[in-house]
Amino acid sequence: MSKKLNLPKLFGYAGLAIFCIISLLPIWMALKTAITMPSDVFSTANSLWVNNPVFGNFLRVLGLPSDVPPPANSGSPINFMIALRNSVVYTGLLVTGQLFFSSLAAYAFARLRFPGRDALFYSFIAATMIPSIVLFIPNFILIRQLGLLNSFAGMVAPNILMLPFAVFFLRQFFLSTPKELEEAARLDGLSWFKVYWHIALPLQRGPLATLAILLSIQAWNDFFWPFLVGQKENVQVMAVALANYQSQTGQGQPDWTGLMAAVMLSIIPVLILLVFFGRRIVESLQTSGMK
Amino acid sequence: MTRRSTDKTVNADKESGLFGNRLRRKEALTGYLFILPALIGLIAFFAFPTIRAAQISLTNWNLMRPAHWIGFDNYGKLWADGKFWDSMQITLLYVIYNIPLQTALGLIIAVLADRLAKSVLFRAVIIAPYLISNVVAGLVWLLMLDPLIGLTNTFLTGIGIPPQSFLSSPDQALISVAGISIWRHVGFTALLFYAGLQSIPRDLYEAARLDGASESAMFRMITLPLLRPVMVFVLVTSVVGSFQVFDVIAVTTQGGPANSTRAVLWYIYENAFQFSRMGYASAMSMVLFVFLILVTLLQMRLLHADRSDLG
Repeated sequence: MSKKLNLPKLFGYAGLAIFCIISLLPIWMALKTAITMPSDVFSTANSLWVNNPVFGNFLRVLGLPSDVPPPANSGSPINFMIALRNSVVYTGLLVTGQLFFSSLAAYAFARLRFPGRDALFYSFIAATMIPSIVLFIPNFILIRQLGLLNSFAGMVAPNILMLPFAVFFLRQFFLSTPKELEEAARLDGLSWFKVYWHIALPLQRGPLATLAILLSIQAWNDFFWPFLVGQKENVQVMAVALANYQSQTGQGQPDWTGLMAAVMLSIIPVLILLVFFGRRIVESLQTSGMK
Repeated sequence: MTRRSTDKTVNADKESGLFGNRLRRKEALTGYLFILPALIGLIAFFAFPTIRAAQISLTNWNLMRPAHWIGFDNYGKLWADGKFWDSMQITLLYVIYNIPLQTALGLIIAVLADRLAKSVLFRAVIIAPYLISNVVAGLVWLLMLDPLIGLTNTFLTGIGIPPQSFLSSPDQALISVAGISIWRHVGFTALLFYAGLQSIPRDLYEAARLDGASESAMFRMITLPLLRPVMVFVLVTSVVGSFQVFDVIAVTTQGGPANSTRAVLWYIYENAFQFSRMGYASAMSMVLFVFLILVTLLQMRLLHADRSDLG
């Protein structure tokens, strides 16, 4: 065993270690900055830790009473409490809809026979090839004409009914599950919807949970479309609020501590998911390239 | 009861006779009903807008006054628009900075992890940057690359390199944006390659080793060819994605400094949503669409995506 620990192997471990540090260090620095007194940002810039951590930056970006004053010319404050709520509403709406409508379609594609089924399925997959910018302009105009700018309805509309990835993902799982149980239920007179809802779906609890996690992370991180149609404070999600808060600063130095506190608020839910469901997330992502 | 059920099955299986036909029609109707919401989504927000984008691209619509049909004028204008071609060039340069390095690093990390670090913990650490948004990645690196307080310059001066201005320098901004994107994506790329490596039968390596093949020969003759399906997926998706870089630019450079990061999506965005030139922006998006289809087909062709080496 000791003979095996040769030089190339040591270099290999060193490379992996450096890579892990590079992956995590920026996130760590964001956290460190978030707990720094605004007046100490420059003096502590080079250190990896602050001696007197404060939590007031989190409180002040959340619009709560805080003992940490915002730095001078930090622009008008954005209430990230509202942005967090908006992100939760947006993500919740979008993912619930996507799970329901996509699983319904996936079930039909996997189990039911109807003319044009395969052509329709492939047209779903083909839709993923269209660059988002091509769709954003007409979709923006449509949402504007419907009077849905700055509403959650307008923000979730384009993707809530159909997400080709989710349909594809769930169809595979339905196909790889034996259908005897469902056939027996059909013979007992259960409607197709009841078979789907009471038998087929519960059997896919694991894949559905994995999909829910992946879709939630994706929805939580959405930027471009919400940026186009959801700019008002009462609907703007975290990513949009962060971009707006940053762009307010113009030429001067941004409110680093507040900005990084808000950044951490938007990262923490994702990191919690990663801590609790790390294996599930890693394993589902790594097979996404295998088809 | 049992008897009747069996008869039903037989009928449904054969799909013949009046009864079978009715069952089949009902099944088909249910099928359409089940996919109806998704189909509405497909038509209303994918198919119809694509056609509408093509239509708008033939007008001078600016949201204020009614659209006028101007034929292919937008495309003529685009052909002569130096800014558009600059943005295409910037985007292409960005892809060139981005893809080879990201793919090579991802492959190296995957091979190392396959040999040395098979734990899920390692993989969870390396995909952490991928799970946070582009916006957050951009902001976190805005801090890291800041000329005054960024840790990157501290590190550079530590090893004897003078401080750089990164995102605020016209010469370095695009490379910096590409670097941020590599940071966010390389772990995911490595993860995909890692999964690909796991699927290669180990006895191939043992056989090659018995034949006296060197490590590098095995990598070239076994690993790379058998990774090709994953390679195709990685390259096609990351190239198409890189051509559409937007989020990081939106929170770091906003196309600047001196338009050095005005990638094509940013230029289209400016035209459509800052100047309301919907017709012209749609024309550019259609050109980008066609261009990306060609790039994808070319890649599939070059990588022989239709062939398999195993089996």
